Amino acid sequence: MNPIAYFRAADAAEALAHASGGARFIAGGTNLLDLMKEFVMRPAALIDINNLSLAEIAPLAGGGLRLGATARNADTAYHPLVRESYPLLTAAILAGASPQIRNMASNGGNLLQRTRCHYFYDIGTPCNKRLPGSGCSAVGGLTRQHAILGGSPQCIATHPSDMCVALAALGAIVHARSAAGERQIAFADFHRLPDDRPEQDTTLASGELITHIELPPASQFAAHSAYLKIRDRASYAFALVSVAAMLDIGDDGVVREARLALGGVAHKPWRLPAAEALLVGHPADAAHFAAAADALLVGAQGQGENNFKIPLARRAVVRALEQAVAGTHDNTRSERDRAD
Amino acid sequence: MSTYPVRLELNGESRQFEVEAWVTLLDLLRERAGLTGTKKGCDHGQCGACTVLVGGRRINACLTLAVMQDGQQVTTVEGLAQGAQLHPLQQAFIEHDAFQCGYCTPGQLCSAVGLMNEGEARTVAEVRELMSGNICRCGAYPGIVAAVTEVMGLAQHADNPDRPYLPGTVPA
Repeated sequence: MNPIAYFRAADAAEALAHASGGARFIAGGTNLLDLMKEFVMRPAALIDINNLSLAEIAPLAGGGLRLGATARNADTAYHPLVRESYPLLTAAILAGASPQIRNMASNGGNLLQRTRCHYFYDIGTPCNKRLPGSGCSAVGGLTRQHAILGGSPQCIATHPSDMCVALAALGAIVHARSAAGERQIAFADFHRLPDDRPEQDTTLASGELITHIELPPASQFAAHSAYLKIRDRASYAFALVSVAAMLDIGDDGVVREARLALGGVAHKPWRLPAAEALLVGHPADAAHFAAAADALLVGAQGQGENNFKIPLARRAVVRALEQAVAGTHDNTRSERDRAD
Repeated sequence: MSTYPVRLELNGESRQFEVEAWVTLLDLLRERAGLTGTKKGCDHGQCGACTVLVGGRRINACLTLAVMQDGQQVTTVEGLAQGAQLHPLQQAFIEHDAFQCGYCTPGQLCSAVGLMNEGEARTVAEVRELMSGNICRCGAYPGIVAAVTEVMGLAQHADNPDRPYLPGTVPA
């Protein structure tokens, strides 16, 4: 790790005042410190934001829930209000990383974590995300993890988060603060596609601070949601493909509203409202699920080694929707219920 | 480069250090505090050998800076026993032959203490899933799971005997 300076900010104003000259905010640090050890990221200074009182998880007036930026992933996943009203988010967070990392990693940091593309991590290889203009080693390289949707000739990296796939489906809103004031960013606009600027993961400006994430009310989906994650080993691995599925099903069995988001397939959680619309007004059955999956995957392009992700994603979408129809697929409870 | 004061309550003892900003908690424990029980396996949060308890919560000591933990209570494997009296998990690891080379063991032990503090694992399958941040290259997992679940008082028959393990379905 390069020599760095460290500053523990007492409040947001102090943190923002120090956010210049190559400094970065740190909360959990689980991804940033790892990248600093590899010299992939080289901030001159770290601004510790853990004392900013941004760890609160609390109901919002008018419904919905506020997830503080420095609240830990584990505390978020296990929070009674999250478990009760957003079981999809609990399932997604617990599908990611390890208990130790979830105990450290913050919600804001989860959104800002970088791709795990091996070429991004290996400073001995060209990478447009790490060093703009140097080229992409993944194109034509080892691509098992890489994108099948939304990639560009400059970058085919995927966003590694599970939590963010659920937040995309939930239509979360990111609240950020800078010297210029506060603003809200719709989750669909928060992460970027790589196009010709793969070094920019998000639309957050330099020196801008995430204060919290707003979850809109989602009680209509609470009875029918699923997070399905497919990976190379049973636990503690990044997704090859993951699916967040939420359905609002009427008493007549007809879908009133649907949400679908994919992880592991693109530079950002992949969500297409047009695919979700194909489910609305129809019975929750396999034929409509397959049609929605096809629509969600329109334009999917493999890189060779990762061609398998296209049919895998299609099947995973259908399976996740079937799990959602059956109830709330919360992997944290299935074995527990069996034992009880 | 300047240094920063770090005060820790380390295994019940108040300790004061003066470290550069880039020193991880793991390096402080091993190189400055002389507590080499905590192991450096991968140094990237992938193996769990460096697991320690901060305020009773298990974390990877390699993925946090010492200066960020100023003022915290830190417990390492050296702090688990009460004098000559082993922690029940340590005794159970011996009885269940829950290690071969022993390199991952300090992290496994601290992780298991953290697991029990969290109170989220209620079946053998959930113990397996929630211990998945600790890798054992010797493959001592059956002994580790047996030791941890015994100390937790979990019925070994809690799982479906026909399918003792459903990949990817225990807390995902």
